[in-house]
Amino acid sequence: MTSSHSQPPLSDDTTVIEADPRADDAPPTAAVPNDQGLQPVKLLIGVLGVALTIWAMGNLFLAFAYYPEWFFNSKILMGILGLVVGVGGAAVLFWFINVAVEALPRRLEHGLIPYAFLLPGFTLIAVTLLYPTIQSINYSFANADSTEYIALDNYVQLFGERAFWDAVINNVLWIAIVPAITVALGVVVAVLADKLSASSEKWAKSFIFLPMAISFVAASAIWLTTVYAYQAPGRPQTGALNAILQQLGGTPQNWLAIDTARLNSILLMVILVWLQTGFAMVLLSSAIKGVPEDTIEAARIDGATELQIFWKVVIPQIKGTIITVFITVLILVMKVFDIVYVLTNGRDNTDVIANKFFNEMFARGQAGRATAIVTILLVAVIPILVYQIKQFREQEAMR
Amino acid sequence: MSATTTHDVATTPTAERVRGSGRLKDGRQRSPFSMVVMLLLAVLWSLPTLGLLITSLRTREAAATSGWWAAPWEGGWTLSNYSRVFEQADLGNAFLNGILVAVPATVIPIMFAAFAAYAFTFMDFKGKDFLFIIIVAVMVIPIQVAFQPLLDLLGPRGLGISGQYLAVWLLHTGFGMPLCIYTLRNYMASLPYSVVESARIDGCSNFQIFWKLIAPMAMPAMAAFATLQFLWVWNDLLIAKLFLSNDNTTVIVKLQQLLGTQGQGAELLTAGAFISMVLPMIVFFALQNFLVRGMTSGAVKG
Repeated sequence: MTSSHSQPPLSDDTTVIEADPRADDAPPTAAVPNDQGLQPVKLLIGVLGVALTIWAMGNLFLAFAYYPEWFFNSKILMGILGLVVGVGGAAVLFWFINVAVEALPRRLEHGLIPYAFLLPGFTLIAVTLLYPTIQSINYSFANADSTEYIALDNYVQLFGERAFWDAVINNVLWIAIVPAITVALGVVVAVLADKLSASSEKWAKSFIFLPMAISFVAASAIWLTTVYAYQAPGRPQTGALNAILQQLGGTPQNWLAIDTARLNSILLMVILVWLQTGFAMVLLSSAIKGVPEDTIEAARIDGATELQIFWKVVIPQIKGTIITVFITVLILVMKVFDIVYVLTNGRDNTDVIANKFFNEMFARGQAGRATAIVTILLVAVIPILVYQIKQFREQEAMR
Repeated sequence: MSATTTHDVATTPTAERVRGSGRLKDGRQRSPFSMVVMLLLAVLWSLPTLGLLITSLRTREAAATSGWWAAPWEGGWTLSNYSRVFEQADLGNAFLNGILVAVPATVIPIMFAAFAAYAFTFMDFKGKDFLFIIIVAVMVIPIQVAFQPLLDLLGPRGLGISGQYLAVWLLHTGFGMPLCIYTLRNYMASLPYSVVESARIDGCSNFQIFWKLIAPMAMPAMAAFATLQFLWVWNDLLIAKLFLSNDNTTVIVKLQQLLGTQGQGAELLTAGAFISMVLPMIVFFALQNFLVRGMTSGAVKG
């Protein structure tokens, strides 16, 4: 509503009241608005508007939960209303925030408006991420139902348990194997696809990229039924792995129960690699296409072989992307849960930290131990967090 | 490598002549090795999904007595798995829940994040770097850390909304917020600053500048985030399992329950799994370009 900066506040206010957020289409009348100092009426309207919007949104949303009969118990109606009120309410909220801050003297306005725009988003982050994280750390020093502090007992217990260390070892294996293999496969696929004609490249990439759209749960169902399925010996095998083994004269195996050399964990990892290779390929492929051709041409003229060019010219130039992909998959793997939970739920030595957390919390109701486990996970993530911040700072410096 | 092509054609006048033999249309050398390996990889990557589709279209007996690769000659085709999974596992309701959870949870965060991204990009203020570093840091935090306190906060001991859509909308909005702010801010930083400046001189308020100039220009980034977020919310198991009642739960949770009761419902599992994949696959194919853009903008989610 700055279009009316130079007008008397009263007329400004009338437009404010009836306007919806899109109604401010009038072209700006004043070239450079002059400072009017504090405009109390406008401020009041802005503040009341913000309060009213929050109140109305909050109550309407809570009404979905508390009084579904008001909405004829219709989920569809509530879904659509939720979408409209969520998006529209957010727009109205920001509009009133803008009105309120603009009513302040110019210097204050300029100082405050950025924070005003950040406030709703940061409030959401604070409520859903920051506060719960701190509270989790707090709970990790308390007993099973978070009623009494028991100092470090949860941690001492966990560190003394074989099962906990088994889960840690598995997680370390996931971390050591999955990101590296995913990146390596991604590079190979990206390089090979780059040598195809444009249309074959697009097709080939689509097939490898497609699993990105599949959930971990569906992917687990896919691999369980088509590849790892096991029937007792003598019956027809419906899983590809056992069928091949039988053809070669072997005995069918219940693959996900074999923990020799952590074979079952590795087979679970295969599923994640299958899902994530497409992601790695997409990022690496665009990086490879960005490698300047003259650097490759120059190496070729100097008599370098294709393999040398790949290792000495291409790889160093896409190193940044390789690291990005590696870190992204690494973060994913550190908290891997769905695949393990639905296929083995940690049986036969396949447990991982996130699955252990889930079982402690919901199967066993041990809030103290569960939060201790995630706090340990949080500590383990800190090096990556620091690296990401450092990386971000460097990027910003180059901007 | 496409940069080579013009160069190659220019330097080798014979390129035109040898096009049919050993060279691609754009003059690059044809690589039989890459063609064979890529074909193999593409087949290998698709076979498990194809196997699932085939199994889901076969009767229980056929699927248990011969492998999915034998279906062309062993037969046993049926559509009944699909109709039965809708009846027995209440999948229609779950599918609807999935949509009603995912659409608001995809769109609402964009609204809140876009204003924050605008402030981060086009305004100067104290603590800007620090606040943005919080965003970068929070993206890495595993969301598991938040669950126990949130169950208290949203559950019967607190607001009492756990089990409803509302709880999941709120959580996905919050969890998606850092990534959304980050993605949008990176994109907005590439927009011309002068546009904003001249609009300010013309007396536009920040709300107007955002609404009429920046938001339309940032549409591609919003679509990119929306694609990622939709796939993420639709495919999510943890949050839906913990914060939705059985009547409001999504296809993915139903699928997880089917996986748990194997043996008697093996044929329903395959049909259910395929149904759960239909919508994300449509989104994936329709919005693949946005998805790629979203990922290349540095999408990391904790």
